[in-house]
Amino acid sequence: MNKNQKLDVLEILKDLDKYEPRRRGWSWREPVENLEMAGNVYKDASKPLKNSTPLPAAKYFGNIDPQPIQVITSEIASGRFEDDIRRMRMAAWHGADHLMVIRTAGQSHFDGLIEGTPQGVGGVPITRKQVRAQRKALDIIEDEVGRPINYHSYVSGVAGPDIAVMFAEEGVNGAHQDPQYNVLYRNINMVRSFVDAAESKKIMAWADILQIDGAHNANATAMVAWKVMPELMVQHAINSLFSEKVGIKKDNIALSTVPPTAAPAPDLKINLPYAKALRDFFSDYKMRAQMNTKYMESSTREATVTHVLNMMISKLTSADIQSTITPDEGRNVPWHMYNVEACDTAKQALIGMDGLLEMVELKDEGYLPEKVRELKERSILFFEELLASGGYFQAVEDGFFIDSGIYPERNYDGISRKINGGIGANTVYERDEDYFAPVTAHFGYNNIQQYGLKVDECPSKLINGSTFEDRSKIQYIDELDEEDNVYVRLETTKKYLNSNIIKPEVEWAGDGVLVVDVTLPTSIRYAEAAALEIAKHMNLLDAEVIHKEVLQDAEATRIQVKGRVDIEIDLTKLTLPKEPDLLSDAEIRDYINEHPMTIIAGTVGEDEHSVGLREIIDIKHGGIEKYGINCIYLGTSVPITKLVDAAIEANADAILMSTIISHDDVHYKNMKKTHEYAVEKGVRDKLIIVAGGTQVTPEIAEKNGVDSGFGRGTKGHHVASFLVKKRKEMNEN
Amino acid sequence: MNTKKVREDDYLKRREHLKDLSDQELKERFWHLAEQAVKPLVDLAYKNTSPAIERSVLLRMGFSSLEAKDLVEKVINHGLIAKGAGHVVYRLAKLENLEIREAGMMLINDKGFDKVKKSFEVNKHE
Repeated sequence: MNKNQKLDVLEILKDLDKYEPRRRGWSWREPVENLEMAGNVYKDASKPLKNSTPLPAAKYFGNIDPQPIQVITSEIASGRFEDDIRRMRMAAWHGADHLMVIRTAGQSHFDGLIEGTPQGVGGVPITRKQVRAQRKALDIIEDEVGRPINYHSYVSGVAGPDIAVMFAEEGVNGAHQDPQYNVLYRNINMVRSFVDAAESKKIMAWADILQIDGAHNANATAMVAWKVMPELMVQHAINSLFSEKVGIKKDNIALSTVPPTAAPAPDLKINLPYAKALRDFFSDYKMRAQMNTKYMESSTREATVTHVLNMMISKLTSADIQSTITPDEGRNVPWHMYNVEACDTAKQALIGMDGLLEMVELKDEGYLPEKVRELKERSILFFEELLASGGYFQAVEDGFFIDSGIYPERNYDGISRKINGGIGANTVYERDEDYFAPVTAHFGYNNIQQYGLKVDECPSKLINGSTFEDRSKIQYIDELDEEDNVYVRLETTKKYLNSNIIKPEVEWAGDGVLVVDVTLPTSIRYAEAAALEIAKHMNLLDAEVIHKEVLQDAEATRIQVKGRVDIEIDLTKLTLPKEPDLLSDAEIRDYINEHPMTIIAGTVGEDEHSVGLREIIDIKHGGIEKYGINCIYLGTSVPITKLVDAAIEANADAILMSTIISHDDVHYKNMKKTHEYAVEKGVRDKLIIVAGGTQVTPEIAEKNGVDSGFGRGTKGHHVASFLVKKRKEMNEN
Repeated sequence: MNTKKVREDDYLKRREHLKDLSDQELKERFWHLAEQAVKPLVDLAYKNTSPAIERSVLLRMGFSSLEAKDLVEKVINHGLIAKGAGHVVYRLAKLENLEIREAGMMLINDKGFDKVKKSFEVNKHE
């Protein structure tokens, strides 16, 4: 895959009936002890990627992109899986290797598998075809970045075992599975949920799928989020131990743990003891560190800081998987760039805190251990009363869970579900003595002896292998709905696929959405109304305020407005500024060796700026001195005549004039003057004149008589390359 | 709406029996309680089945999701779910010497249930 080439969604959709996943099971990152990159040594890093996008500041560090040890999650589910595929590639390039697909609203209550590729709401309908398409795309992407990518979705609802089978067959690597989630948040009958869960988990164990539980939802749902800490430990224990009992290995059981509170509460003071207590009790299992979503508002900055604090807790305790939450989740279904921002936030924070525990340690006396102990005891007391009340089911019916009191305090406002109530109530059947199922990875009583098998033999032997042994038995369904499918959707967006026509986009091809960030010197209510008015004048369609922030009640308000534009750009009709055609370092050095070169440099006019020019010249900034060019620097506020006279006197090859101040186009006027003075002195033919500065546009500079102009972002390499080429060209003439 | 009064935080009173336990003993106690809570749930799952479980069995036997859904509904309507939906298909395949999918298709077309029922009843009386 060429990095400059787009993923071909239509190609990915081809021949999905024949697609086979290349592997089963979860992949962890490969740790590298004392990884060395650009002179830095990393303690908690993993094998670097073949291709990736480093952090913005990496350009000062030789473009290194050290990868933390934790698997990094990105949740991508815009409702159209075909567009999500492209976003998965973006996230993977920014360091995500666990791509999680949220299910469409309502899939939990769908009794069976959904087939085809219908559009989702707040998530994606998870189907065999959609899973195959995304897994196939991830095969391409993981080869490109050079690290296995884990694909993940949900095994829950009333069709858990059905989905588990499909996931096992299609090589899905991770899944949420926690019957308590069904019970508490989806009102699915608790008996049915646990009976189904055992089968789902057994299937997941066969497929080596990593399991993540659902306990973090208690935090997001609870009225006072941090008060559910004792019961969270109980929820984690129930799912973890239940999973182990039905056959999932400990290494594949991960707790979804979330720091329950956020600033302005004293974040670490509450979250750290909880994180520590949890890791003490659950030392045998894996930790998936989720981030706090409970207190997310529309400020992406605030969310990002919360998440960085969450990662500090990950570093101070432990995390095997670091989740990321897109900082825009508080205001919309996440957009492309926020998935990327979230991945970068995780990478930046975790690498930034590399080796933290080599320098600091958690105290073993005082506030922290006392609080840890208290939380552990409170969770034990919760368990004791749960058992005394008659067990888990009775406790749920009695409203033990998601109570807003910190246990044993109880406000009796928890979520209560009836043992015989909810969706799927009374749909559990006791197995007869001759109950039998001729398949692999079936949990529970199975009378295979009646057909001559021994207890430890695989039941699917009787049917010459199930789909787990023989993929050819899988029945693939392509599409069921003629109106609601990926091909119909692509008809409306195909214009933008691999074409020269582009349109702004935040989630779906051609969505046309953009954001205007405007600060208005008035109060919040006027600012909001004014911003919408401005959006109208800008021809923004469906304009909507997505964020407002008071700078000071009377002085100013910051507003972010999203809207849509129907602007299409044809790339073939654009004129791009010339890209510098650069010589290699060696070519420049060799030429200068044979043809020594002297230049005169200075900032012209009444201008005291010197930093930019020094960076172009100085050897320590990678300036042109490093190629052996002799540089005579005249300083700042140099008169134009002096620049040219000095060049004549030193018999210099070139003048480098820096011109920062651009008021009234004085920078271009100075270029013209320099050119004219050199002509007047009769040296213009032998002298190269180069002008640089932050406001310099090369084309305009050239119109004002200089040989070349260099704007913002110019490096010594660009200038040296030009000087050598120009010199050669002059010699030829 | 629950009308019970709020229960104050009586942690200090309740923890009396825990306060002298070591951290290790505390952890053991936590997992011992978890065992007690989880065991009945595992036993329940061991002994029972559900439409979703039976559909998942049929998927693994090579039926599509639509066929599996249809078959399980019919097996429930014929009162045979406690035998296992996969078992019903398997039994018919044995009785009629058919491939698994052929037997399943017969049942989807409402054929063969009588034979399967009869055969299960015969077995019961043995």
